Amino acid sequence: MIKFFLMVNKQGQTRLSRYYEHVEIPKRTMLEAAVIKKCLSRSKEQCSFIEYKDFKLVYRQYAALFIVVGISETENEMAIYELIHNFVEVLDRYFSRVTYPKSDPSPGQRGLGAIPCRVHQLHHVPSVTVHKDQYTLPE
Amino acid sequence: MSDVVERTLSALPGLLGSQDSGAGPGGGPARVSATSRLGSLIRSITALSSKHEEEKLIQQEQTNLKATVSAPTTTLKLMKECMVRLIYCEMLGYESSFGYIHAIKLAQQGNLLEKRVGYLAVSLFLHENHELLLLLVNTVVKDLQSTNLIEVCMALTVVSQIFPREMIPAVLPLIEDKLQHSKEIIRRKAVQALYKFYLIAPNQVQHIHDKFRKALCDRDVGVMAASLHIYLKMVKENASGYKGLTESFVTILKQVVGGKLPIDFNYHSVPAPWLQIQLLRILGLLGKDDPRTSELMYDVLDESLRRAEINHNMTYAILFECVQTIYTIYPKSDLLEKAAKCIGKFVRASKINLKYLGLKALTYVVQQDPNLALQHQMTIIECLDHPDPIIKRETLELLYRITNEQNVTVIVQKMLDYLRQSKEEYTIISLTGKIAELAEKYAPDNEWFIQTMSAVFSVGGDVMHPDIPNNFLRLLAEGFDDEKEDGQLRLYAVQTYLSLLEEEDTLYPQKFIQVMSWVLGEYSYLVNDGDPEVIITRLYRLLKQTFVTSETKAWIMSAVTKMASRIPCSKTVDTLIQEFSTSLDTCLRQYAFELKHLCENKELMKTLLPSGASCYEIVVDASLSFLDGYVAEGLSSGAAPYKPQHQRQEEKLSQEKALNFEPYGLSFTSSVSSSGFTGRQSPAGLSLSSDVSGNSAELGQKETSCLQLDGVKKLWGKDGYLPKKENKMGKEDETQSVAQDSILVGHIVDPPLIQPKQQVASLSEEEKEKQQLASKLFVGLGTNSVISLMGKADTTTQKFKRKSKVNETQNSEEASSIQNIATLPFSPLPDVMPNNKENFQGNEHLELRKVSLSSSKVLEASVSFDSSQSLTEADLDEKLSDYRPSTSSLFADSNIEVFQPSQCVPELVTKKVSLSPCLPGELANHPHSEIIGLCSSDILTVYSCKVWTDDCLLLVLFVGNKSTSPVKTVNLMFESSEHFKIVESLRCHFLIIEAQSMESCQKCIQLEKICTKGILSGSISYHLDTDTHLEFSLTFSLSDFIRPMEITTEDFGKLWLSFSNDVKQNFKMSPSQGSLSIALNTLKQKLKLHIVEIIGNEGIAACRLLPSVPCLLHCRTHARTLALWLRSSCSALPDSLLYECQKVMEES
Repeated sequence: MIKFFLMVNKQGQTRLSRYYEHVEIPKRTMLEAAVIKKCLSRSKEQCSFIEYKDFKLVYRQYAALFIVVGISETENEMAIYELIHNFVEVLDRYFSRVTYPKSDPSPGQRGLGAIPCRVHQLHHVPSVTVHKDQYTLPE
Repeated sequence: MSDVVERTLSALPGLLGSQDSGAGPGGGPARVSATSRLGSLIRSITALSSKHEEEKLIQQEQTNLKATVSAPTTTLKLMKECMVRLIYCEMLGYESSFGYIHAIKLAQQGNLLEKRVGYLAVSLFLHENHELLLLLVNTVVKDLQSTNLIEVCMALTVVSQIFPREMIPAVLPLIEDKLQHSKEIIRRKAVQALYKFYLIAPNQVQHIHDKFRKALCDRDVGVMAASLHIYLKMVKENASGYKGLTESFVTILKQVVGGKLPIDFNYHSVPAPWLQIQLLRILGLLGKDDPRTSELMYDVLDESLRRAEINHNMTYAILFECVQTIYTIYPKSDLLEKAAKCIGKFVRASKINLKYLGLKALTYVVQQDPNLALQHQMTIIECLDHPDPIIKRETLELLYRITNEQNVTVIVQKMLDYLRQSKEEYTIISLTGKIAELAEKYAPDNEWFIQTMSAVFSVGGDVMHPDIPNNFLRLLAEGFDDEKEDGQLRLYAVQTYLSLLEEEDTLYPQKFIQVMSWVLGEYSYLVNDGDPEVIITRLYRLLKQTFVTSETKAWIMSAVTKMASRIPCSKTVDTLIQEFSTSLDTCLRQYAFELKHLCENKELMKTLLPSGASCYEIVVDASLSFLDGYVAEGLSSGAAPYKPQHQRQEEKLSQEKALNFEPYGLSFTSSVSSSGFTGRQSPAGLSLSSDVSGNSAELGQKETSCLQLDGVKKLWGKDGYLPKKENKMGKEDETQSVAQDSILVGHIVDPPLIQPKQQVASLSEEEKEKQQLASKLFVGLGTNSVISLMGKADTTTQKFKRKSKVNETQNSEEASSIQNIATLPFSPLPDVMPNNKENFQGNEHLELRKVSLSSSKVLEASVSFDSSQSLTEADLDEKLSDYRPSTSSLFADSNIEVFQPSQCVPELVTKKVSLSPCLPGELANHPHSEIIGLCSSDILTVYSCKVWTDDCLLLVLFVGNKSTSPVKTVNLMFESSEHFKIVESLRCHFLIIEAQSMESCQKCIQLEKICTKGILSGSISYHLDTDTHLEFSLTFSLSDFIRPMEITTEDFGKLWLSFSNDVKQNFKMSPSQGSLSIALNTLKQKLKLHIVEIIGNEGIAACRLLPSVPCLLHCRTHARTLALWLRSSCSALPDSLLYECQKVMEES
């Protein structure tokens, strides 16, 4: 079961957040800060799953952007790991101008870091995450 | 699943776009400007360098937004734009609650795109219980009825994300209709909405299970996939109910794996991977412990394994799920083999994520097949030193599962090493718990045990679970079967702690100091050469430390008190008393004064603080009967009789004529609770209060049968403390006989350690080291467990049973000798026989002593009652006779049988020849269920009986020993459940159950989380020849926790208005159910309602959920329909109760 879905940049600024369990707003800020700190402290050779309190974090890094998903113990980490990638592919296809860092070596403003802006103007990113709810929503 | 997302996405903007352009030429430019405003906001935030600047910027933005949204001239288009910025502000963590209401308005009034943004904002801003959410319901209903598909879609989407539970009935029929819609996207979203309902109020969608089945067979894959979520959830709750669907799931999975789905469902050429995972999970749940169902899925699992051979992360995820399913269902050897191979591939992989997955799978699998760990031992060793702490942690988890007596020291050492490096609180808590558990289970010797626990206490500090020190102390106090061993363990503990305390200025965690001081206080007398004065000085030094909290100081003080009772006089104690008598800490001052007074009377002190008696139960006379004299004196001199608080409150209420603003929950208990306060009132008080305080007291008294004090040991009588000696003597007797027995049996040689084979001969130094570690870690793994197809069975749980080995074998020998006698009746009696006889005689003595003990207790009890009873006897008798018939009529129904004590005995005696469980008299008067057998082995049988008393649900468990020898240390353990709470403790412990006799224990069960049906499982373990472990489970339904609530129509009216949670539903009545009164009576009988009044075609009834959550029911009949309307102060209750009502009506 997915608890939350986060997009945070390296500076720790939240780009997008979606909580599937109610969390008070001040607590969200604290949680996000702690989560990004954890992710930043890990190297590329270390594994993409982290234990955090009583749940697990699965993260993937795209240029300067981290996508972090908080999941419960019973979830399949690898499936979530791929889900993140699937999500990015969907964004890629939807906002056709965005390419991932792999094919575009100089991401900068144009790259994935800029996604959230466009995402908001079209209001569909949350609707994408909404679809994710359908298979993993609260228990 | 991925492409479902993709397709929706590609469909929506097209629709929205066309709508937008249709709305007017202004659409385009507005969008552009919105873009730039949000864009510029984001850009300016990104450009900022400090949090403080960001705060300032957002605050300014919010002020602007606030002004804009509340201005009446703001157009919806502008509002939409503001909403988007508000959403972003909230995502950054700045609350924008001023905009919530406008989001709802936007959803209500906007055109399509604006509505979409409005709904989106609502689903992001509000939470399930937000009060504004109610305002959305109307909009949703309107949109659901719209002819525009997109509006319907949006409404369904928002419902599937967030919806107030109470309002489900308002939209449920509309959504049910949508299941037949011609567009698949609508059908899919309807299923998703119903899934949401199932999650928040499962009972309201019970009746549409057939429709879920239809959705499962839908021709559109998306709809089918959506329905799987519901099925996964339902199968998880009740696997047996869906076994029939196994074949359908298998067929679906076959089609998916075989690539029969449209190509859009592929993710990197893996067909619908997330769907596969979902299906594999369902199959795992269905096939668990069920050979027949498992049979059906072997083929498809094999195929899944085979197909998932492409090297891609996604296939690994599927393989992982496959492996888990294969090891969950009834095992099949060649599948197991393939799964094991798969795990091997994972564990050895160079990709770290894959390695992690492999370790996780191995951890899951190793419980069933420890040999697998042996195969991968070298990899595991490498992982143990892996630079990534996450991998290390996962490896420790794996090692934790394969721990046994032989490798425990190495594994615990590894865990402690990790613990010392870890700083995260959650890791510390979970690891300390595991170490403590392993140490208790497998400790090889006393020294190791105490040292490990010391390490746990000092590292775990004050964050660890409080159960750990508590269990440790209990273990020390209760001891094992061998006194000598106990003494040694305690002595070692004392010595260890003394040497730890010698070092000055070491900071220990508070919990550790508490443990140390308790142990020193209890057992320091065991140290022969130690001077108590020295120990007291050390404790005294601790008391003066500033880092010691006052709670810990209280522990230390009581330790000093205990020690002071054993020595004639001490200077340190005197200084201590003097110093702390003037302490600013009132608690410490109190202790100091107590100590001072006790020191003046050493005799009293010794009786109060007997040494080594820490684990004896202290029974408190809860009725405070020793104060009767004082109360009587007070009353005779004109004091007002004591009234419980709720009674006082009620009186106040009845005097008040104005509106009542008090919450109702409290005043209620008085009219219904009965024995809730019987314990507290002294008999004298009871009789007097009923005389004085008129009708309100009467209410409470009606159901009071009698004070239940028999069975309560008396420690405090009229004359003060009654020292109990009998118990101790019994214990001595026992230990003596044990000691005698042990002489007969000689030494037992330790079982030889069997080491796994060493592999290659020539190895580098480092490799050798690893090999050594491996042999230490995996020792005893492959040897003591033979894998078979039924490999799951041999996961024996070893409890901490550190009995001396001598004793154990003696037991088994005894048992076997008895068997000998049984099978060869004419053979000459073996030598052991006399010894056995002696043992039995000893037991008889014990029994006799127990009987005399209890009779004397009863005598005492009756003596202390005498004076009061004469006053109330007549009164009570009358009430009792009133009470009994009423309950029996209340429960007069087929499935709730009322046993009167007189009937109970003969009926059951015929069933069981020698052992018949029978409720004790005072319980038999209450309505109760039939006594049913829960589980049995050839030695023990467990029966259970539910007793529905007025204030709780009592579960009486009987454990009968059918064999001819006594069974020692029988442990009954309940598993904790999310729905139920067992008052006091989850365990029940019988020291000994005599041959052919029965013991019983009572547990009060409380409903923790409302559910219509729940299962409480538990197990019983005992030791005779071997450790035996029996499992059982009990089912409770909501009606077990429902009691009638007697109130008047007036009160009903008042309450009705004060409750906000309500549910309504209409039922068709069958002709047999006829009139309202018949229907209501059925409900009353089955659900224990109290019918308040029936007027014409309307009726009202009331009940309460234990302890005192009221629920009111209003029903009206009209043209063969029965409209039920329930209200309560608790939100989940009406819902579940309605479901119960529905069941009852359908059954009758």
